Amino acid sequence: MSAVLADMPDAVAPATTKAIAPSKGGRPWTFYVLAALFTFYVLALYGPMFCIYVLSFQDIRGGLVFPMKGQSLHWFVDLFTQVRTGDVKGSFDRSIKLAVIVTGITVVVSFLAGLGFRKRFRGDTVVFYMMIGSLVAPGLVLGLGTGLLFQALGLNASWYTSALGAQLSWTLPFGVLVMFAVMSRFNHVWEEAAYDLGASRWQSIRLVMIPVLAPGLVAVALFGFTLSYDEFARSLQTAGSLNTLPLEIWSMTLNVTSPSLYALGTVTTIVSFIVIGASLGTIVLIQKKRGSRSKG
Amino acid sequence: MQPSPAQSPTSSRSNLAGWLYVSPLVLVLVPFFVAPMLVVLAASFFATDGFGGLTPGFTLASYVEVLHSALTLKLYLATIKFTVLTWIFTLIIGFFVAYFLVFHVRNQLLAIGLFLLCTVPFWTSNIIRMISWIPLLGKEGLINQALLGMGVIRQPLEVLLFSDLAVVIAYVHQLTIFMIVPIFNSMARIDKKLIEAAIDAGASRFDIMRLIVVPMSKSGIALGTIFVVSIVMGDFFVVKVMSGGGSASVVSAFYEDVGVLQYPTAAASAVLLTLVLVAIVSLILRTVDIRQEITR
Repeated sequence: MSAVLADMPDAVAPATTKAIAPSKGGRPWTFYVLAALFTFYVLALYGPMFCIYVLSFQDIRGGLVFPMKGQSLHWFVDLFTQVRTGDVKGSFDRSIKLAVIVTGITVVVSFLAGLGFRKRFRGDTVVFYMMIGSLVAPGLVLGLGTGLLFQALGLNASWYTSALGAQLSWTLPFGVLVMFAVMSRFNHVWEEAAYDLGASRWQSIRLVMIPVLAPGLVAVALFGFTLSYDEFARSLQTAGSLNTLPLEIWSMTLNVTSPSLYALGTVTTIVSFIVIGASLGTIVLIQKKRGSRSKG
Repeated sequence: MQPSPAQSPTSSRSNLAGWLYVSPLVLVLVPFFVAPMLVVLAASFFATDGFGGLTPGFTLASYVEVLHSALTLKLYLATIKFTVLTWIFTLIIGFFVAYFLVFHVRNQLLAIGLFLLCTVPFWTSNIIRMISWIPLLGKEGLINQALLGMGVIRQPLEVLLFSDLAVVIAYVHQLTIFMIVPIFNSMARIDKKLIEAAIDAGASRFDIMRLIVVPMSKSGIALGTIFVVSIVMGDFFVVKVMSGGGSASVVSAFYEDVGVLQYPTAAASAVLLTLVLVAIVSLILRTVDIRQEITR
């Protein structure tokens, strides 16, 4: 999805004609079967989520299942005022802060690693597989290892030290993979032209590469933020005494049986949607600006 | 992106530059991926006083305990069952959704839009998406209500929620996207001229699928498989919540062990799981050069 996001207009550019299905005239029967499958998939993907958004707007009589009992914002108020549901506001603040820090580090480190991996160097395969390992390792095991490591070193586990590192071990491989896809579409001629015009390495990065790769960097940021904001398994043993939001949700799934849980789901999904919308909007805006500039 | 063979005798200067660029990545991955895994490995050889205290030393007692327990076999069988079922369903749905988007949707922009529609939930909370099945699958959930209303069943089906079925549904719901994206990427790169040539040569659409589309999507399938298998095998919260405590997997047992401070047994089981995972992933990697695939 990274590649497609990074430069939407030409991501599937080779697909000029749809040869399997005739590009004109009647559709083959497989089109209808697969269209039905696709529709079913999208409904199953979004349907359940919309159920809990709807159910979170019940009034005080509300339960965990349909039918809907009244309409109010009761459970949203309940969420942020009741002690029973835990420190939702605090964990929400922490998660946002942590996600912002993780995003910043992920963008910078992934960008640099993307530059580094353009050419082969001795030992690059080791770094590459270290990254893949970090991606596929069971999160809970890695989290426990990090927790034990901090314990052994006499350090206190907290959300801005051990959990930050544990989350980076998850967001960075994704960020670098997105960078790979973005870099593979970068035309090296531009960079060489900058050198020919006397640019230093830093100038060529700042004045040529970063502006050209901007949409890709926004995509990396989107991955960094959302993966951190929703990260659970790796944070569980590393967040210390103060919870992040997914940990709060986790403890709520185990002991809260009221629509507060759904209200929290609605709130956190709204935040996700804002971030996704802002990122995609920015990418589209950059592309549009470019399109008009190259025409004008 | 793909280094040409002419570059391969790398000079020490470009080696240094490469390492400089990836050094921030390495500086995160060593303390937060390599070191924690080594800590877990070390802990698996330690003795314990049973109260969370670890005695440094070298004993294989934990491994003997894990390997002799009848529970271990049961846990692995359960984990493998979930992994295989999830893999089959995500592969079938993912393959055909990608196929539909690449070969059946004629409008380019529409295809990208529909693709993004599939990816948006990836950037939202997994836990929330999981609990959103409760109002649907529960004993008084929508599906039971509908089936009762239609008179198909007389009593609510209890197997829908808090069962192995619910676990597999939640996995497929969360992980199909990991199949769609890489398969979509592989398929979008298939040169449509190839397919036209096949049609001109008299190939049926089934032949094209069998002889062109499936072989050329193999790397995408391999990549998706790595994601799905490693996530299901490393998961514990879907199993714990969606089975209602009725089922367990290797990592959920690990979680229970950690909960009662049985670190060495937990660590030994984690090491075994990691070995199994490494074996599976390297088997898959033998069929596809993942690095070339990603950086192409």
